[in-house]
Amino acid sequence: MSTSAHRGSLTRRSALGALGAGGLAIAAGPGIAQGARPAELKVGIATYLSGPASVFGVPARQTAEMLFEELNAAGGIGGVKARPIFVDEGPGVDHFVGEYRRLVQSEKVDLLFSAISSASCIACAPLADELKKPTILWDCGTQRIFEDGKYDYAVRSQANATPEILAALLYLLKAKPDFKTIAVINQDYAWGRDSWEIFRTGLETLKPGVRVVAELFPRFGASDFSTEVTRLLATRPDVVLSTSWGGDLDTLIRQAADRKLFDRSTFVLPLAESSLERVGKALPPGHIVGARGDHWFLHPAPQDPARLKTFVDGYRKRFGTYPIYSCHHMAQAVSCMKAGYEKALAAKGGAWPNDAELAAAFRGLTFPSPTSSVTIRPDGQGLENQLIGTSKHVDAYPFAVLDEMVVFPAEPITTPIGQKSTDWLKTLKPDMVSSMPKAMPYRA
Amino acid sequence: MAWLSDNAFLLGLATLDGLSSAAAIFMVAVGLNLVFGVLRVLNVAHGSLYAIGAYSAASLGLFAAARGLPAWASLPLLVVAAALVGLVLGPPIERLLRRTQDQEPVLQLLVTFALFMILEDAQKLIWGVRPVVSDAPVKLMGTVDVPIGGDVIPFNAYQLFLLPGVALLTLAALVYGLRRTLFGRMLVAVTTDREAARALGIDAARITLVTFTIGAALAALGGALASPTTSLVPGIGAQTIVLSFAVVATAGLGQVEGAALTSLLIGLGRSFAVYLEPELEVVVPYLIMVAVLLVRPQGMFGVLETRRI
Repeated sequence: MSTSAHRGSLTRRSALGALGAGGLAIAAGPGIAQGARPAELKVGIATYLSGPASVFGVPARQTAEMLFEELNAAGGIGGVKARPIFVDEGPGVDHFVGEYRRLVQSEKVDLLFSAISSASCIACAPLADELKKPTILWDCGTQRIFEDGKYDYAVRSQANATPEILAALLYLLKAKPDFKTIAVINQDYAWGRDSWEIFRTGLETLKPGVRVVAELFPRFGASDFSTEVTRLLATRPDVVLSTSWGGDLDTLIRQAADRKLFDRSTFVLPLAESSLERVGKALPPGHIVGARGDHWFLHPAPQDPARLKTFVDGYRKRFGTYPIYSCHHMAQAVSCMKAGYEKALAAKGGAWPNDAELAAAFRGLTFPSPTSSVTIRPDGQGLENQLIGTSKHVDAYPFAVLDEMVVFPAEPITTPIGQKSTDWLKTLKPDMVSSMPKAMPYRA
Repeated sequence: MAWLSDNAFLLGLATLDGLSSAAAIFMVAVGLNLVFGVLRVLNVAHGSLYAIGAYSAASLGLFAAARGLPAWASLPLLVVAAALVGLVLGPPIERLLRRTQDQEPVLQLLVTFALFMILEDAQKLIWGVRPVVSDAPVKLMGTVDVPIGGDVIPFNAYQLFLLPGVALLTLAALVYGLRRTLFGRMLVAVTTDREAARALGIDAARITLVTFTIGAALAALGGALASPTTSLVPGIGAQTIVLSFAVVATAGLGQVEGAALTSLLIGLGRSFAVYLEPELEVVVPYLIMVAVLLVRPQGMFGVLETRRI
């Protein structure tokens, strides 16, 4: 009896103690209970699972599922298995903000990958700081995030629109230096407008005097570009720029090909790598193609050929297609997460890092990508190389592949820390074109 | 006048594009208008029927190509796909919507919107999210070189001739069917006064079912005809239904000829905007709609209805 009474007393005391500690922890916020090794690592991943952008979002989710399985099969991170929790960006930014908060506050995720939409990234970077939750911006394009703000908990595991578009411009200036007229046909939303602003500013700096003969911004998700194609056929610009993507770009390429617009103008398509396999040989040889990074399954000089092959073959075997750039961006985010945790764990002698320590570990981090490596600058922006090439038809593939590929090192084409892209682009010097790396030919 | 003569060839090109665009818009909007006329329900799920018609036509075309059927077979298969979608999906949707017929318009919209969302997910389950393409009919018909202003502009024969041709045939068939056939007259009777029509012995339920199925098939035909010209992606149904609503509101609910004229106005308006003021292209349909509704709230061809209070 006495023993049991003693036991009961101890239980009550410990229960009161636990309640007190719990109350303190709640009062002090989420940080106090951190540092203990979790049973599992919960990673919230925002991607498009619905709507037109799901052409990127779903392959990225598939990539995440594949890579998380591989990561866990290899023992996880510091012995902890990771579990992705996907949320859909499709319903819009307001819904996404709610989802972000739910992931942090209800699901208690340890880390977030966010997002494809620039609007989602712009919304979640301040949230990351407000909720003090490490967030990897894994795919969005806008250059404004780290140019307009400073965030401690948000980092970016890829480049942004400025190097992606500038690389295509530099390539064009080298490949076709004598062009005199240009037209643009971009989707009518932030990316389409911003990317044209970047291209135009760079063009006016590096090659002033080029005449813009048409600025067309058809509705985002438009299913027919016949009228725009007719106007471009009639206007006969030397160059047509389109930063469109997904079904819009596929349709534009097919309609332009059917009506021989590719015979009249050289196209610059900075995002077309993601459409090549789908449009088959509708995209003729001789047009400029980019990949929002150095992502290309036939990369001419990968840092680790075996790594690229494993990634490409693994994805293709499982999903039946070649991985497109959003798959590479997701792979970079997973690699960034792993490298960040390992760095933070090493800094604490193997003890589990809290959120602030993990967020700090991402700064200055270099991690491998399927094709090369990415370094995160002190401001949180990733430095990612850019690959641009020219379309070419070969017998080995039923779609256009890339030839005359130039891999631009990230740093010289990325806006320096503390500067805004629109100002920096006005300071570019023509020797950027002449000092471009040497082009590498297609190799099967 | 000087401006007109300077830009005559551009306006000529814009007209050709506008006709093709108008034809595509008309095919969907007229089905929506027909359904509203007889059922008095604004069917948001009409956009899903367009999308499913497009996907089905593409799948059937790809299937036929894989089986080695001749290229010309791809054209009738567009109609077959549309008919199948109309016959399979039309009747069950009509049964569902009939339950909301006398309910509040808000409830009707919510029910059809819910149906639209369900069908959107069903499309993703069946066809996935990768863009689907089956452009055999466009390839089959090839291009036509249009000499204009000292230049030669290639147009797709499919878009230049087939789309407007089918739209004209559809318009003629609908006008003839509504005015010259017994079924058409019964349909007009049901549309005008359902109770009176039933009192005269007309089987209003059957008329509604057949009309809805025709409307569904027209939406699917719109999608099927559009499918060879584009890449099919999730969300095409939503974009289509928004534009169709603009046409229907501008034309006046239940007006077939009005839908044709409004589609023409919107098609030409968008096309001219691309040449003259591209920034306005996206809003042209809605500018036309607002302009018309400000002057005629019942739409261009709509009839004012008295309401008992």
